[in-house]
Amino acid sequence: MQLKRILSWILISSFTFQISSFALDSELHGFVDGRAGGRTQNDPHEDDRSLTELRLQLDSLTYFDAAELQIRADFLYDDLATDIEQVDLDNGDGFIDLREFNVLFTPVDWADMKIGRQILTWGTGDLLFINDLFPKDWNSFLLGRDEEYLKAPSDSVYASFFPSIGTFDVAYTPRFDADRYIDGRRVSYWNPALQSIAGKNAEIDAQRRDEWFKDDELSMRFYRPFLSWEGALYAYHGFWKSPMGANSSGAYFPRMNAYGTSAKGSLGSGLANVEFGYYDSTEESSATQIVPNDEVRFLMGYEREVAKDLTAGAQYYLEWMMEYDDYLDDQFNPDTARDEARHVLTLRLTQMLMNQNLILSLFTFYSPSDNDAYFRPIITYKITDNWMVTANGNFFIGEDDYTFFGQLKYNSNVNLGVRYSF
Amino acid sequence: MKKIMTALLVASSLGVYAELSVDEIVKKANEASYYAGKDGKAEVEMKIIDKSGSSRTREFTLLRMNTDNGNQKFYVYFKKPADIYKQVFMVWKEVGEGNSDSRWMWLPALNLSKQIAPGDKRTSFVGSDFVYEDVSGRNLKEDNHELTETTDTQYVIKNTPKDAGSVEFSYYTVRIDKETFLPRKAEYFDKNGKHYRTVEATKVETIQGFPTVIESVVKDLNTGGSTVNTFSNVKYDIGLKENIFTERFLRRPPREVTR
Repeated sequence: MQLKRILSWILISSFTFQISSFALDSELHGFVDGRAGGRTQNDPHEDDRSLTELRLQLDSLTYFDAAELQIRADFLYDDLATDIEQVDLDNGDGFIDLREFNVLFTPVDWADMKIGRQILTWGTGDLLFINDLFPKDWNSFLLGRDEEYLKAPSDSVYASFFPSIGTFDVAYTPRFDADRYIDGRRVSYWNPALQSIAGKNAEIDAQRRDEWFKDDELSMRFYRPFLSWEGALYAYHGFWKSPMGANSSGAYFPRMNAYGTSAKGSLGSGLANVEFGYYDSTEESSATQIVPNDEVRFLMGYEREVAKDLTAGAQYYLEWMMEYDDYLDDQFNPDTARDEARHVLTLRLTQMLMNQNLILSLFTFYSPSDNDAYFRPIITYKITDNWMVTANGNFFIGEDDYTFFGQLKYNSNVNLGVRYSF
Repeated sequence: MKKIMTALLVASSLGVYAELSVDEIVKKANEASYYAGKDGKAEVEMKIIDKSGSSRTREFTLLRMNTDNGNQKFYVYFKKPADIYKQVFMVWKEVGEGNSDSRWMWLPALNLSKQIAPGDKRTSFVGSDFVYEDVSGRNLKEDNHELTETTDTQYVIKNTPKDAGSVEFSYYTVRIDKETFLPRKAEYFDKNGKHYRTVEATKVETIQGFPTVIESVVKDLNTGGSTVNTFSNVKYDIGLKENIFTERFLRRPPREVTR
């Protein structure tokens, strides 16, 4: 009698499970990723370790008749976190990092909508961003997490319209999503007030822009084919994504609008891209606050296969500050101020070997004006369809402590990782 | 009227018996292998087996649509392995003189559409022994074709590249079925004349009137590796819209591939 009851219970529950999974039409995937690494030199203000963490990512996609629900979350054990139980979904602190939680549907034939937490990307640069003002996680990028973590999630309504003249995308973020910026907790940086490289001794805890519908962001893009290339126009209304301003209460995110354009397409036997943006810093510096000046940003790139399974991509990038003299006047120490124009060259080399299971890649940023550089080698080997091992490095060199990459010189690190995907 | 009918009958019956020119044979073979129907869909399992016998498996849904002038669009939605789940590979194949294919990858975790530099078409497709050209078809204009043998059931064509430096083979032979015009076996020879690679259609079925390869095997005799492609749920003329092959549907894979 007891056995029969158990059997029927198992049958009923398995049946219910089948019905529900059938009705839901759901897919579940993910990975377990363990990474550990250390700094290659002593950093007086940071831990010797760059990463010691284990994460489980669960990625579920559920199809409904008229919509798709996507939920992707990382469950994390991070031995370097100050308080793993303190979850902050905005800056990714704590044991859960919610990457995506959104609904995608097609309200009319000529439009798509995605509402909720999502990863947003546009623009033409390779690891250089001008008109992509969606949040980035610079700490993850510099410390050696997988490249997907460079993109931080946005809580947005994303609508795409498809009239015959082109595609029009609008992302509305009702509450500002800042970059997961360099704040000194894990990555040391140049602190202009201290006139030295700082870290945990001078953590930046910027005032959050967290008022719904007031601290909001609007990003727009229009793109269409243009003489066999793709041309795009961009506009952004929001804030500097890292706390570039300072007022009596400390660091904050000043208002900023941006306008830009880009084009990409094939040229000769490769691909070329060019992108321009104007950052309009709409607040004014005064006796009580300092805000960044307007900037022109420009990049151009070219990528091609140079040998079998070897691809090379080169870029030139420019940040050009407007009204530079005014900026210099505001500096504590003009000797450590940034240049009027910052020039950067990048080179990406990617070699695939052993049936594309071994991938060697090196990304180099080099600034001839700042006289600094950032080398980013990555080796990935897919042992089986499920198991992958990776080793990566992030090396920063610079003549001075106050330049863009030079300030990161004590953060140079190497990491090893292993991942099981399912 | 009767004369016309007779003339037509004679002409058509002549057509059956007339020897086809080599160009007509390779054209028909190309159409049979890559252009069946206006569009099509298939589930593909790709098993990559190395010399030691261990294997890796790719699973994807393939959409294909014929556009104008022999051009085509392909949409490949990956389901396995897990590390490339939901990635999309899209190709706009251009057969016109001087045009090159356009290729894109969709990387879902980065929400990024990445155009791929127009590369060597003789490189491996997703790490398998198939090369890109096996998947979307080698442009007929790239080779000189020569009919070397006609058996009861097959034509044997020798194909020699016009630009010898652009490929790793010196020539390849293809055995084409007389009845279906499907290529059944291709053998590649290197610069020393050594046979080093075989692509074979090992199972053929007629689906909606189109003879269709449902299993193909490529063997690399140099490495000892092989790849087996198995096609299932093959459907033709499913009424695909051309806008599926745009960035909109990279961002949002259509139900034709996700279901």
